[in-house]
Amino acid sequence: MKRVRVVISDSEKCVGCQCCMFACARLKGTGLSKARIGVRSVGGMERGFVIILCRACEDPPCLKVCPTGALEPRKGGGVRLREDKCIGCGYCQKACPIGCVFWDEEANKPMICVHCGYCIKYCPHGVLKMEGRQDAERFTT
Amino acid sequence: MQNDLQLDPLYNVLYVDLTKKRFWVRKRKDLFEDGLGGVSVGVKLLEEECPPQVDPFSPENPIIFVVGPFNGLFPLASKTVALFKSPHTGNLGESHAGGRSSIAIRMAGYGAIVIKGASDAPVYLAVHGDKVFFRDAGAIWGIESCYTVGRILREVEPGSGMRTIMRIGLGGEKLIPFATVVTETYRHFGRLGLGAVFGSKKLKALVISGRRSLPVADRLAYRKLYDVVWKEAVVSSAMKKYHDLGTAENVMPLNELGGLPTRNLLETRFEKAREISGERLAEGFLGRRLACAHCPTGCIHIAALREPYEDKPFFYKTTMISYDYEPIYALGAMLGIGNPEGFLKLLDRVETWGLDAMSTGVVLAWATEAFQKGIIGEQETMGLKLSWGDYLTYIKALENLLRQPNDFYRHLAQGVEVVSSVYGGQDYALAFGKNEMPGYHTGPCAVIGYLIGSRHSHLDGAGYSLDQKWPKDKAFTPKEVVEELFKEEAWRQVLSSLVVCFFARGVYKPELVPELLGVLGIKTTTSQLIELGKKVLKSKYKFKLREGFSFEALRIPKRVLETPTPHGWLEEAFLREALRYAKKLYEEDL
Repeated sequence: MKRVRVVISDSEKCVGCQCCMFACARLKGTGLSKARIGVRSVGGMERGFVIILCRACEDPPCLKVCPTGALEPRKGGGVRLREDKCIGCGYCQKACPIGCVFWDEEANKPMICVHCGYCIKYCPHGVLKMEGRQDAERFTT
Repeated sequence: MQNDLQLDPLYNVLYVDLTKKRFWVRKRKDLFEDGLGGVSVGVKLLEEECPPQVDPFSPENPIIFVVGPFNGLFPLASKTVALFKSPHTGNLGESHAGGRSSIAIRMAGYGAIVIKGASDAPVYLAVHGDKVFFRDAGAIWGIESCYTVGRILREVEPGSGMRTIMRIGLGGEKLIPFATVVTETYRHFGRLGLGAVFGSKKLKALVISGRRSLPVADRLAYRKLYDVVWKEAVVSSAMKKYHDLGTAENVMPLNELGGLPTRNLLETRFEKAREISGERLAEGFLGRRLACAHCPTGCIHIAALREPYEDKPFFYKTTMISYDYEPIYALGAMLGIGNPEGFLKLLDRVETWGLDAMSTGVVLAWATEAFQKGIIGEQETMGLKLSWGDYLTYIKALENLLRQPNDFYRHLAQGVEVVSSVYGGQDYALAFGKNEMPGYHTGPCAVIGYLIGSRHSHLDGAGYSLDQKWPKDKAFTPKEVVEELFKEEAWRQVLSSLVVCFFARGVYKPELVPELLGVLGIKTTTSQLIELGKKVLKSKYKFKLREGFSFEALRIPKRVLETPTPHGWLEEAFLREALRYAKKLYEEDL
């Protein structure tokens, strides 16, 4: 399967501004509660940042544990959420070993990146890039 | 100002009583509707909460943190305003800091946090959304390094990536009146001694986290306007200066201009300026760049200083130290330190102990000149021979200032106003309104700005910039200088009510701000905003006058008249005339 996804080009360039998180959240609302990407320091900002970004797994652990079939394979890797089927059990969040299933406290449902690439446009330092698409260059700051 | 948003968490004011260990939330729509947020709301809270003539170290002195409507919604809106009564000047205390502070407060669901009372034992506060915890800080009180305190709190508190960790160092614990509150290790509520007010309340740290949505009136229009601001911030040249070399870029131009205060302002050009310039630090030391939350600029420049251990071969340590123009001026040029490693080592000590770099540098500069002129001797300095450029001795003197082994260092730790009133040397004690001078000797606007600015800071009215922009063919008049400074400072009250970073003033232009407020549901006009700015500035002066400020009593250090600026020598009569006019302007309709 050819994966189509947002990937980290170089995490060392990350300045920790979190503009990607705000961008992602703007697609569904405002603030930070709807962000499906995370940035935190490694443990002291001087050591750099951890970018928590869905890897668009070919065989996603989150999908395997979903008891209602609410998570469906996404073309290009990873999953899509069918909200009507989701009961908010939270198994998917526990299953993701890299913490990429974020939780929407207001809707009590998971939030998982669908690799739309919107965040890339708001990364001022080229930390993120699109992979696996012919028009990947379109996704730049 | 009319606001349609009933549900904006901005209206929530969290009140904390450290004495009784209680907290409560009040909706203060009244305050935020009247004045947006930030400093304009903060000044009103200060009027409500700070009793007249209160001792800054008494439990009654409130600490007020305020954010505004743009925080969390627009880029470059990354600042939190803190208001308190300053232990350094005994008057209005106001300080701004970035890091993640404003986003964390907004995402936790508050517009302001008011901390009152004092704890009997060391505590730190943890605010996670609507939960507030009073945690025992006995185990972290007295820790030598501010960095360590941050490291511990990072481990024991939740909310990584979504929080601010404000803390004080030994400077704040020991009530040094120019101690800072450090946030996210590299940003500071730097000036006027908020750290000491924390210390007086036995408040070691304040952790705040949250993750929420914010209401906007028109989401599509909001996204469109967001992009307008984003483009200005990232693509235009408005932020370039802060982007590349950071504020340290100013060292060389100011030195060439002859406006870089050097060796306690005996000179205005430093022959080793190049060695401590933004260019040199970037070439030799820049190890990482960081940004405040929601700011794409990344102006925070961190130097990596690699040093071998003397007693252990092939063991090295790498210390990460954030530098800016102001610390370079105060701990570099002002002390004649032209060795970048030496400057960084001294700055690292200042950071470790949580002191204001600017006040510290000016205090040590005064001590050096006083020592050289013989008004203090080795008995006072405890054997230290202070001399320009000798950073190792400065580090020892700084340690004495912190630990205060004798009366001299106890006085020195109170700032140049106090120490010079005891030992003499007032002519070269470089403080304005008791606050040590910033790093610009650019002309009359800078100096008048330090005198009349509500915080006695270069950032109040940006006189240094006015000096450089003043038309060459136009003579300065006291009236015009004061009017220009007033106009700029009044507009900055609007910026710090939103609350945006002053570095973004080129982006948040007066004609754009009402449009941005509009999509959030706040209806206003440019002229209403300008009026708001003037009103806020005057209310600050009302507070200052209540607390004993007087234009007539302002001391003008002789040194600023003796050392020429790029605009020539300043005359006291000119400055006094400006003060008379400022008094008229600021005190009318109060």
